[in-house]
Amino acid sequence: MTLPFLILAIMTLAGGVAAMTLRRLVHCALALTIAFAGLAALYLNLGAEFAGLAQLLVYVGAIAILIVFAILLTRGGEEADEKRFSPAGFAGFVLALAVFGVLAWAVVTSSVANAPVLPAAPPAGMREIGTALMRQYVLPLEVIALMLTAAMIGAVILALRERKTSEIRG
Amino acid sequence: MNPLAGCLLVSALLFAVGLAGALTRRSAILVLAGIELMLNAANLNFIAFWRYGSHPEALTGLIFVIFSIAVAAAEAAVGLALILAIYRHTRTSDVSEITEMKG
Repeated sequence: MTLPFLILAIMTLAGGVAAMTLRRLVHCALALTIAFAGLAALYLNLGAEFAGLAQLLVYVGAIAILIVFAILLTRGGEEADEKRFSPAGFAGFVLALAVFGVLAWAVVTSSVANAPVLPAAPPAGMREIGTALMRQYVLPLEVIALMLTAAMIGAVILALRERKTSEIRG
Repeated sequence: MNPLAGCLLVSALLFAVGLAGALTRRSAILVLAGIELMLNAANLNFIAFWRYGSHPEALTGLIFVIFSIAVAAAEAAVGLALILAIYRHTRTSDVSEITEMKG
């Protein structure tokens, strides 16, 4: 583990913990953006340029803004009181801690943790990724395009005001 | 401990943080953010196994992460639209106050 990896990992985890524990929702959204940016930097550090830049575009660019808009539209930022955790919060913490314990135990005792490090992978260029997307993975690519279109239409329909149906009912 | 195990431990910690947030926070938006963190932890695992695996030229992990990011974007858009619709109906985004379907 190198020093840049450690710095980026600490930044990502600190952003995640802050996003899940801070009191005001806008601060949580900002901390979440830091966590997403740290993850993108981790991808770049691991040699996955395309995935890192896609993460930066989609998460830092789109999803963070979407979350901020949702906070504004639900006026959740004003309700900053002492009740930020649900009544069954303690059980949730214990469960998450147990999940981490099991995962960490599985990682540490597995054979991959002590395997010798293989020689560094050749960095995946855009040409290889494009060829793979257009040849081997062309059907999943089309399916994901259809799914994104359906999700976009569905989100617009869900967020529309139901004026016509209420007029019919009323 | 090799770099792969370091990546897996960071990812496990990130997953636990997201799970704790999704299970304990009252705001529905932060529950969704916790789910996003868990998805991202899985993506970090894919990238780590692609980078340190025995066949990095196959690009499988990298392509899976690209598709996973697209699915997560769709999920966030639909999820936030659902939260907005529920907020318009109940005037709250607190998951412990939305009890209409409680038995």
